[in-house]
Amino acid sequence: MRKGLALYAVAAYAFLHLPLLILAVFSFNVSKFTQWQGFSLAWYRAAFTDRELLESAGNSLIIAAGATAIATIIGTLAAYALWKRASPWLAGAMYLSLVTPEIVTGVSLLALFQWSFRFLHLRLGMHTVILAHVAFCVAYVAVVVMARLRTFDPVLEEAALDLGATEFGAFRSVTLAYLAPAIAAAAMLAFTVSIDDYVITSLVAGVDSQTLPMVIYGLARRGVNPMLNAVSTVVVVGLGILVMISERLRSA
Amino acid sequence: MLVTLVVPSAIICVYSVLTRGAYGGVERPFTFENFARMFDPLYGLIILRSFWIAGVATALCLVLGFPLALFIARAGARKNLFLALVILPFWTSFLIRIYAWMFLLRDTGLINTVLLGLHVVREPLPMLYNDGAVILGLVYGFLPFTVLPLYATLERLDKNLLEAAADLGSKPWDTLWRVTIPLSAPGIRAGAILVFVPCLGTYLTSDLLGGSKTILIGNLVQNQFTASRDWPFGAAASLALMAVAMGLLFAARRRGEELL
Repeated sequence: MRKGLALYAVAAYAFLHLPLLILAVFSFNVSKFTQWQGFSLAWYRAAFTDRELLESAGNSLIIAAGATAIATIIGTLAAYALWKRASPWLAGAMYLSLVTPEIVTGVSLLALFQWSFRFLHLRLGMHTVILAHVAFCVAYVAVVVMARLRTFDPVLEEAALDLGATEFGAFRSVTLAYLAPAIAAAAMLAFTVSIDDYVITSLVAGVDSQTLPMVIYGLARRGVNPMLNAVSTVVVVGLGILVMISERLRSA
Repeated sequence: MLVTLVVPSAIICVYSVLTRGAYGGVERPFTFENFARMFDPLYGLIILRSFWIAGVATALCLVLGFPLALFIARAGARKNLFLALVILPFWTSFLIRIYAWMFLLRDTGLINTVLLGLHVVREPLPMLYNDGAVILGLVYGFLPFTVLPLYATLERLDKNLLEAAADLGSKPWDTLWRVTIPLSAPGIRAGAILVFVPCLGTYLTSDLLGGSKTILIGNLVQNQFTASRDWPFGAAASLALMAVAMGLLFAARRRGEELL
């Protein structure tokens, strides 16, 4: 049974990883077709000079950076608040927003934005995308930070207060210092979730806020395209590096 | 939390009982017609199909995930590496992972090219744009969601019980069926919920791998909010989806099980 299990595991890992590996290999193919005809970087050159791709990648980076910054602050504070005073409802809401189908989150936010536009002179655009991304990133941040808080000894904070620290001072130089690696890890996860989102983004984006996943989706709908293989490889490698750093920080 | 979760949900609730406006907005009078419409055979079929596809994908994830979780739980020192290899693809772009399958499955894709080249088939197999492709995509995407909770319960499993079974003359297979699997029931339940809920609401997978033939609840909701501009009906469908998700989560909470 041991051997069978190991063999099975090899097959399962192949199933999980081969599709992306094959995609990456074929991004270096000279030919447009699915037959290997030699090594080339032509598709990468094409991708890096494509205006639509570059512009949308720029948008994605701005949105992810903005949403990550805001979501990290809110998520960290939410985790801290939950740790100070347990609230099953707030915690429940947090988990719920993690498992809510994206399409439901997306249409709810779209409805919220459209409704608020009755009072505000605004339209869908970068700002609504950033807000939407903050909305779904907060829960990811909070969950990661809460995991770290479970190992935090409240006595440390009390000691700082006894030694004359102000409440904010104790929070900043004791609690925050302890949480720093988890917060950094959480921020990176929020960044990857944000930069990768298509479903919610496509619903709340305006005409001037095309993101990279939206362009990738458009290209994928039109069929397979070797330039898209190249873009995918760049994105996957980039995200992979971020995630590995984040995992390191989390287990540190 | 209030702004991002409660308020939008409230708006969706209100919309779901309004009437569709002439220009795609929402108008009064209040009506429950939007919910009644879900039982229309046309939509009923979409809903049944969504449950069917999510159910098959969940079952496959459990069956395929269990041996993998067992392998990792018994892997000894390299456990963390093997676990990371399961989680890693989950964090790399979902969209791109679906696209990778399009690249493999389409008529001129890699699998068909190889099969044609080896003269195994004469015509390309139609592998893309059907229910099977959607299920494959879902299993591929959500397998980590079953492996993690299964691993967590298998890891905590008391090894003495397995040894006791062996000492009492149980064969490895019998021990698996009669000791290991029953004892990992909490992990199986958690994994099932974690996969079933997102599969039921899937949008991208069915959109890209199922083509126009496989319309599921997620696509229905998206369509009402975009092309059809029937927000009240979309809101009602979205609420129904949310209700199923919440119901399953509360059922799990009742039992005092931690999902994540």
